[in-house]
Amino acid sequence: MKLPIVDHPTAARPFVTNPKRSQWHDKALWFVRSKRDKQAGGVSEWEHLRELASKIKTHTVANLADYLVQFEQAATRLGATVHWAADAAEHNEIVLKILKRHETLRIVKSKSMLTEECHLNHFLENNGIEVVDTDLGERIVQLRDETPSHIVLPAIHIKKEEVGETFHQHLGTDEGASDPKYLTEAARQHLRNKFLMGEVGITGVNFGIAETGGLVVCTNEGNADLGVSLPKVHIACMGIEKLIPRFQDLSVFTRLLARSATGQPITTYTSHFHGPRDPDSELHIILVDNGRTRLRGNAEFRDSLNCIRCGACMNTCPVYRRSGGHSYHATVPGPIGSVLSPTRDAKSYKSLPYACSLCGSCTDVCPVKIPLHHQLLAWRKELVGRGLLPVSKRVSMRLASMLFQRPRLFAIAGKCGRTALRVLPHWMTHNRLNTWTIARELPNPPRESFREWYGRNRNED
Amino acid sequence: MNASTSSRRSMLDRIRTRPLDSNPLPKVDPSRMTTYADPVQQFVETLGTVGGQAHMIDRPEQIGEILNAIEVFAKARRIASLVPEAIQGDLDPSCFDDPHGLASLDWVVARGEFIVAENGAIWVDGGSLPHRVLLFIPQYLALVVSRSQIVNHMHEAYERIGVPTSSFGVFVSGPSKTADIEQSLVLGAHGCRALQVFMLP
Repeated sequence: MKLPIVDHPTAARPFVTNPKRSQWHDKALWFVRSKRDKQAGGVSEWEHLRELASKIKTHTVANLADYLVQFEQAATRLGATVHWAADAAEHNEIVLKILKRHETLRIVKSKSMLTEECHLNHFLENNGIEVVDTDLGERIVQLRDETPSHIVLPAIHIKKEEVGETFHQHLGTDEGASDPKYLTEAARQHLRNKFLMGEVGITGVNFGIAETGGLVVCTNEGNADLGVSLPKVHIACMGIEKLIPRFQDLSVFTRLLARSATGQPITTYTSHFHGPRDPDSELHIILVDNGRTRLRGNAEFRDSLNCIRCGACMNTCPVYRRSGGHSYHATVPGPIGSVLSPTRDAKSYKSLPYACSLCGSCTDVCPVKIPLHHQLLAWRKELVGRGLLPVSKRVSMRLASMLFQRPRLFAIAGKCGRTALRVLPHWMTHNRLNTWTIARELPNPPRESFREWYGRNRNED
Repeated sequence: MNASTSSRRSMLDRIRTRPLDSNPLPKVDPSRMTTYADPVQQFVETLGTVGGQAHMIDRPEQIGEILNAIEVFAKARRIASLVPEAIQGDLDPSCFDDPHGLASLDWVVARGEFIVAENGAIWVDGGSLPHRVLLFIPQYLALVVSRSQIVNHMHEAYERIGVPTSSFGVFVSGPSKTADIEQSLVLGAHGCRALQVFMLP
């Protein structure tokens, strides 16, 4: 599939030119980040846990084939059916085949970024199957025909008044209602019926355990559990990087995940599935590659496979907080998305590694210690090497390089700049053409450059 | 055989043709982690912060007394109890073949195996439930645990479970909740609207 080229600054414009919304979004996410800090600070072995998590994941990725086979064998022994999907299309076909075999018309699905990545919803809908996203945030974006703007908080970009409008239209709630309690209650009633009518439950997977063949799904709402404990068929869609070797390893990740994601000590429900519910039920586990084995082969960006999708890097990112998740035009936005997306298609996503101030906050909060801002910088280098920089940047970089190589020219340019800043009227330097000065003042130019000062004061020795 | 088999081979081949140097799997040492002078107190406090309510009791009979003082329990019409020494339910969930029949349950009283001090979680073994959905479908949930069955943190918790023997098990920490509308916390998303935890000696 050929993807359109995403230009992050252009895509972010509608959001950032609405300062009220941008600031509201910024604050909402900073609130989550602050809760995370409180929880992380409350665990004195936090850094030790991050170190452990990073080592466990790196070890798993290195030995991925062995662990996948071990997982498959253990899960099969428990009575689950394990499927392998090389790409999104194959994943979707496998799901459809299972649904067709059961003559399914309605499914309920809990949050799964993998099924978003595979565009499963539209595929199934095109095949005549009703798909109901049961996570409240996902249901909101589904009813609005949007996509999640955050991997943990899918509707973080939507105001309660807008949710009220959507629910008024689709669920018949009172017009103008915006009380979150009232709206959540309406969604509860609406989704109860959907749960009871769901013929197959689909979930994502937070952790697959190679040793036991089990899987763990974490939610706060209980929607994954309700969705799979009523119907007889449970389909679990799992990226192959979700594996961990031992049952005991869960202790490290369950301590890190919710604290990093939403600042809770653990998710409300941390559910462990080992095989199907009973002899009449089915558990299907689909192991999906979709570019992951290729990413594993890339030494520079391999660490991004360690991601446990907590979203902490988004909550802390100054660019994400102000530009909104949709500006990335990617299933996974934010810092981790800006590393992952170009590994799929460097040309389409070439602007994302630049949607970053290199502040390094994402690296600091990442529970599995992915060096995110180093990877974003590495991407920039890679993009230059591949000639994927826009002309404006290429030309200006070349000019800068020329200037820096010629000391005399550099001195003259500096002098011109200092003089120009002093003599030019304000409107000449601060106008629409100079985007840098839209919200900034230029500094007062010094009388002389450092080199001039040095020449005067230090030349005698 | 089919496409999935060839994908299996191609995925594994792609990984195996690119062997990577591997660091050893680190040992997770539970004794290195934070423990609490009063783990029960820590559990009760944390459970409170995640929206649950703890009740210290000495005898199972007290459970009925406390629950009857809760209006939504006194008015409840359909109650299922897996702890008969505490509460006699109105219906026996094991008589239902189809879990959909449990949809109208108001209350469920179930048993927890042990509790975790650091995060207010209660481990419920699916083997103790005639239907998994009993934990998720009622409007209200009460869990009965023994406060002597307590671990400090998740490392001790998983060590205690050892090898999972049931096809289902869940850590429950507070009632079902969501903050998907403007980060406003609302209790009672899809599962129970409130969680009562009764702590026997």
